Amino acid sequence: MVMRTPSLLACARRTAAPRVMRALRTTAVLAAPALLGGCDWVVMNPSGDVARQQANLILWSTGLMLLIIVPVIVLTLLFAWKFRHTNEDAEYQPDWDHSTGLELIIWSAPLMIVIALGAMTWISTHALDPYRPLGRIAPGQRVAKNGKPLEIQVVSLDWKWLFIYPEQGVATVNELVLPTNRQVQFRITSSSVMNTFYVPAMAGMIYSMPGMETRLHAVLNKPGRFEGQSANYSGAGFSYMHFTVDSVDDAAFAKWASEARSAQQRLDMPTYAQLEKPSEKVPAIRYAAVQPQLFDRIVGMCTKPGETCMQATMMKDGAMDPHRDSGHGMTVNDSGHMRGSESKGALQKEPEEKGSSPHRNAPRAPAPGSSKPGNADNRSMTAADPLPAPITGLTAADRS
Amino acid sequence: MMSDALLKTIFGRLTLDSFPIHEPILIGTFAVVAMGGAAMLAALTYFKVWGYLWKEWFTSVDHKKIGIMYMILGIVMLLRGFSDAIMMRAQQAMAFGPNEGFLPAHHYDQVFTAHGVIMIFFVAMPFVTGLMNYVVPLQIGARDVSFPFLNNFSFWMTTAGAVIVMASLFVGEFARTGWLAMAPLSGLDYSPDVGVDYYIWSLQIAGVGTLLSGVNLLATIIKMRAPGMSLMKMPVFTWTALATNVLIVAAFPVLTAVLAMLSLDRYVGTHFFTNTMGGNPMMYVNMIWIWGHPEVYILILPAFGVFSEVTSTFCSKRIFGYTSMVYAILVITILAYLVWLHHFFTMGSGASVNSFFGITTMIISIPTGAKIFNWLFTMYKGRIRFELPMMWTIAFMITFVIGGMTGVLLAVPPADFVLHNSLFLIAHFHNVIIGGVLFGMFAGINYWFPKAFGFKLDKKWGTISFWFWVIGFYVAFMPLYVLGLMGVTRRLRHFDDPSLQIWFIIAAIGAAMIAVGIAAFLIQFYVSFRNREALRDWTGDPWNARTLEWATSSPPPAYNFAFTPVVHDLDAWYDMKSNNAARPVNGFRDIHMPRNTGAGVILAGLSTVIGLAMIWYIWWLAALAFVGLLAVAVGHTFNYDRDFYITAAEVTTAEDEHTRQLTGHAAVAGA
Repeated sequence: MVMRTPSLLACARRTAAPRVMRALRTTAVLAAPALLGGCDWVVMNPSGDVARQQANLILWSTGLMLLIIVPVIVLTLLFAWKFRHTNEDAEYQPDWDHSTGLELIIWSAPLMIVIALGAMTWISTHALDPYRPLGRIAPGQRVAKNGKPLEIQVVSLDWKWLFIYPEQGVATVNELVLPTNRQVQFRITSSSVMNTFYVPAMAGMIYSMPGMETRLHAVLNKPGRFEGQSANYSGAGFSYMHFTVDSVDDAAFAKWASEARSAQQRLDMPTYAQLEKPSEKVPAIRYAAVQPQLFDRIVGMCTKPGETCMQATMMKDGAMDPHRDSGHGMTVNDSGHMRGSESKGALQKEPEEKGSSPHRNAPRAPAPGSSKPGNADNRSMTAADPLPAPITGLTAADRS
Repeated sequence: MMSDALLKTIFGRLTLDSFPIHEPILIGTFAVVAMGGAAMLAALTYFKVWGYLWKEWFTSVDHKKIGIMYMILGIVMLLRGFSDAIMMRAQQAMAFGPNEGFLPAHHYDQVFTAHGVIMIFFVAMPFVTGLMNYVVPLQIGARDVSFPFLNNFSFWMTTAGAVIVMASLFVGEFARTGWLAMAPLSGLDYSPDVGVDYYIWSLQIAGVGTLLSGVNLLATIIKMRAPGMSLMKMPVFTWTALATNVLIVAAFPVLTAVLAMLSLDRYVGTHFFTNTMGGNPMMYVNMIWIWGHPEVYILILPAFGVFSEVTSTFCSKRIFGYTSMVYAILVITILAYLVWLHHFFTMGSGASVNSFFGITTMIISIPTGAKIFNWLFTMYKGRIRFELPMMWTIAFMITFVIGGMTGVLLAVPPADFVLHNSLFLIAHFHNVIIGGVLFGMFAGINYWFPKAFGFKLDKKWGTISFWFWVIGFYVAFMPLYVLGLMGVTRRLRHFDDPSLQIWFIIAAIGAAMIAVGIAAFLIQFYVSFRNREALRDWTGDPWNARTLEWATSSPPPAYNFAFTPVVHDLDAWYDMKSNNAARPVNGFRDIHMPRNTGAGVILAGLSTVIGLAMIWYIWWLAALAFVGLLAVAVGHTFNYDRDFYITAAEVTTAEDEHTRQLTGHAAVAGA
């Protein structure tokens, strides 16, 4: 352990500002066993300020807890050795079972740690609340007063990620490009089931949930390519639901956006309907233009023609209640055509509609996928084998 | 078309395609299981033990036999759950880059779901319930539990749940949702196949058993303690059993309700948890964790109880800080209900809500820490004998504090944002469930086995099992902590980054070591049985223990105690031994006992049929079996042949036999 410590500190020196580093070094010595070789662990050595603070919090909490964990482990081994029954010299008091002083210590020592940790939790949870706009871009570098965050709308689809850039008017699939050192506000939702939006190098994860919107504020401080993924199991294609994150300077970002605007495809409603269908291992796609209000319609679950948006239903229901001025708390399913209203429970089905439930573990022919968009197998999360990508994506050369 | 409709009416959605006839792995498994099963049935028939099994075991209402059957169920299901674990470890160790591994997503996703469901519901729960069933009545000086028939019925309902899970291996398939079947993925829209229905019905049927057994043990502990055993003279294991059963009775109905709502969504088209029509999947997440968090304390508290008994016995010393131990248990019981949201800090709750649940979670570490210190100071100034139960206890203390530490770390919301759903989380809960619950069960099995069977377990194979388990655990799960800190998340079946592979290979080696540990555990039973005469204990108290269960013979007679003991001290048996209390040898009376009944087996069998029929949409069969269930249940209420007396003469014979054993042993010891 002693031998490894210098390299550990070297790692800390490379990655942290001096003042933070000194704190880190203290903690690191305490936490050394857990951190040996930790230089390339992305969670502990991230590239965004939010994730950096989260990593520091992990180090501090671990250090605090080791104050009590290490003595317990040492005492366990020590007592086990000292009071072994073959050791006749050790004191033996079979009826000693109480000590007010000791009781006071064993309850108050963990209490002290928890008070310290609880204070840290309260402060850091509020400071790092993902809904809260960032106060700083990096240690000592406050967000400019007029620095509007870049808004990116994130939609998890089965099994790929859609990113909409409303300012730039473009959209991408499985490719996230961010300007370095600029605050980004992610608005996150899902088209079908729950996923989590997670870029370990940038910030912690947040769920994407159908019919709901979650938010995340974050920043990347270093240029480079990072990995993002879904961290919540969402069905057969889940393992391939990752995307690249490129952090580039402002000029390169502007250039990338203008390139994207000259892409072949546009993300209109029919294209979205096609894209939404389950598919996996989808290469990056860029769209030159995006249907206005697409994100809001995904949240409102009204992307198909004729569907009433949830927001509209809620406003209407709220308006009928004289005691309320907005659409809170009323039932949402009493008007309009809503998605899924035709779904039937098993008991309501005719015998012919029961279908079958075959064993499907073994590899078999691909499901219809994009060739038969309406096929029910595409809808089923469980029916999908590796599908061909619905739309041709970019090659690696296009993205360099 | 007509005949198709008829077929569907008769067989529901069960077709020939539902059987895995094209899959070599499953066919192989099935062949082995079928041949093994056939061989076992043939052997049972050949040795004519069917009648014995039915009369003495399956229909038994004796809490001791039911406890042993729970333990056997747990061990059998451990083998199944562990096979799933080995498959996952192998898949993750090989599936890098172009290599897709050997499990397609469709199969792998069932494997991780089944692993979680089986290990929690059909391994950990039967172990915990089995130990409580066996030990609690003996420890409180009772003759049996409050409701002996209910106990038998509960066991068979749990077994019925396990049978349904096992059936999914060969007919149809299991859920592909993760072990909590989160909505909306588990709804009919996204999981139309039988998998989630298998999940629902196995848990609902087993849940009936768990809940009723909770009610039963709760009533037993409250009402049936020996005279003199006030609450604050109850052994710590009984205290933890009391707390656990309070948790079961209060938490399991929530699981039943949430699964019932999911069933309504799937069977009658309601919209509790659907995306559409006003359904709210977040409610499912909340409700399942309102059950799910108390569940982990349901599992760990009895393990804490085992460690308390073991530490006190093998240190030959009173437990340190009994009162604070009891209050710690109660604080944990209450706080168990105030922390559920820490399972989903990342679902967008506000900072104050997250902080609240983070801090309540941390507060649980205070009583838990106090308990660890209490065990530590029980060892202090003791005379520690390193028998197997004590070895497991020391391994637990060291392993569990590491798991506790990572748990508190996960309770800090901003830290949880980066660790949620990661392999760090997986490492954490295996650290506390293996290092806490399972080590506790192994300590308990090695500790109480001589009570149940009259001979000790072999120490050599027990030690081999111990070291392979403990070292295997560290080798298997420490790499997962590392991988979690590298940003690797759970339930993935394929990876691109080749630098991660080495960690998965190390974890797979750890799993292989645990496999050796399990094998040694089974060999330990075989070797102990073979050498049972050498390992025999005639005294009923092989460990020089302190609580009442050691006051009677091993194995105890059906009636447990010829006379109900009177308790004067926390360590009642130690107190009797210290005061040279005389064992009663005459003046026995007739003992009133409950009679065995087959109703529990039949009711659970019919429940299994209902479950399978509902899973496969065979409505007529479900209705028929339900009517049958009601008929048998009503019929059973007219069964007046429920009790009998063990005559004073029989008691005298049994007690005289034990007296001879005791004096014979004393003579040998004296010589």
